[in-house]
Amino acid sequence: MNFILDYFEKIGFYVLYLINELGSLIIYIWNCILSLFRYSINVDNLFDQMVFIGVDSFFIIGLSGLFVGMVLSLQSYYAARIVGVTYMIGPTVALAMTRELGPVLTALMITARCGSSMASEIGTMKISEQIDALEVMSVDPYYFLSMPRIIASMIMLPILSIISSLIGILGGYVVYKFFLGLNGTVFVDMIYKYMKLSDIYNGLIKAVFFGIILATISTYKGYEASGGSKGVGRITTQAVVLSSIYILFADYILTSILF
Amino acid sequence: MIILENINKSFKDVKVLNNLNISFEDNKITVIIGRSGEGKSVMLKHIVGLIKPDSGRVLFNDIDLNTINKKELNELRKKFGMVFQDGALFDSINIFENIAFPLRQHLKLSEGDIFKKVMSRLNDVGLSGIELKMPAELSGGMRKRVAVARAMILEPEIVLFDEPTTGLDPIMSDVINNLIISTQKQLKYTGIIISHDIEGAYKTADVIAMLYKGAIIETGNAEKFKTSDNPVVRQFVMGSMTGPIVI
Repeated sequence: MNFILDYFEKIGFYVLYLINELGSLIIYIWNCILSLFRYSINVDNLFDQMVFIGVDSFFIIGLSGLFVGMVLSLQSYYAARIVGVTYMIGPTVALAMTRELGPVLTALMITARCGSSMASEIGTMKISEQIDALEVMSVDPYYFLSMPRIIASMIMLPILSIISSLIGILGGYVVYKFFLGLNGTVFVDMIYKYMKLSDIYNGLIKAVFFGIILATISTYKGYEASGGSKGVGRITTQAVVLSSIYILFADYILTSILF
Repeated sequence: MIILENINKSFKDVKVLNNLNISFEDNKITVIIGRSGEGKSVMLKHIVGLIKPDSGRVLFNDIDLNTINKKELNELRKKFGMVFQDGALFDSINIFENIAFPLRQHLKLSEGDIFKKVMSRLNDVGLSGIELKMPAELSGGMRKRVAVARAMILEPEIVLFDEPTTGLDPIMSDVINNLIISTQKQLKYTGIIISHDIEGAYKTADVIAMLYKGAIIETGNAEKFKTSDNPVVRQFVMGSMTGPIVI
């Protein structure tokens, strides 16, 4: 009998934990939105974050996009060759990159590169009382730390997603033409034929949402840091894992709504 | 005047402040002494609204901090400066920018005026020439002096010090204590210091108060504390293992 009670106690514990987490997250988002109405955004801070999230990530986003596009072209070839539709490799690569892989890959890479940094930076500030110091100096940490990161991420993710998609398509083209020895003009022509503008802007809408999700979760987790360097390590891991899960979940929801 | 009235505060099941009452006189330095873990820092954070009490009132010039909104609280906090235990300097910017930070956030000054004010404060704390260093490059004592300079930059009415001499050697502790005395004379602020440095308290305090089991058990000047009949106070100021305070 006891093990049944233990079982329900555990379930109850996790349910309460989830409700508590969700409640805290909603309050956090509400505070961030309120800070936008109370103060005008700090442009210098926003610009710094845009450089950190965007400009500094160009190389890594381009590189990952390139390899994914190349692999996609190669994998598509093996399937397309069997049914004799190798001319469809171009649209396959382009649609996969713009609709799905560009935004998702970019979001996951930025989560790993910048989300972890946001969580650990704010977490370290929390445990070393720097956030308390901000508050005592009448500076709202949501306005000063969270909002510039969230807005910068929201702006830069679509730009990075476009870069990732373009370089991915380019990588696919290089493999198609030079490694597989197929006609490059067909690759480009078929993309023009089968791709719609909505494929691009729906992918960008996804990227905007992913940007908001990753920066919101990562900054939120930063404020939860406690217990020294181990605590910062723990919330950094949680920030990356949770952001990634939420991004993939949101990807499914957005895909079913947008496409 | 700052008054803490019937403050109760618990964290989970642990009662930290238990019906605490104390008032801080204007333009004087009050040192709160007590053992580690007695809730001294928690009390200090109530004064600036970083922590809200479970019950009771925190009054600043008759304004209850718990009844005002965030914007009003932020306006009120501009009258405060605070020196945190480890300085709480922003580690991503240099010393100059750390001290200039409150100026940039709240005043519209020219770069020249900001430069003059920052250099003047650095000079006051005896640290001219370190303005381009990063906080990580400084010793503990230097970081605390920079924190004092930052807390003073807006010339606040009230300055809170959270264990300003903890972790410092006796000479550096004396430097910090003298710095508190000299800046208080210069700016005439109301100083509230949390400390377990008894000698420092005797030197800097106009008023000493002892926090024990979440409440203030004795208030008075240094002389009163040196000759106190209260066995808890006597044990604490003597630094004795034996007595009513159970370790």
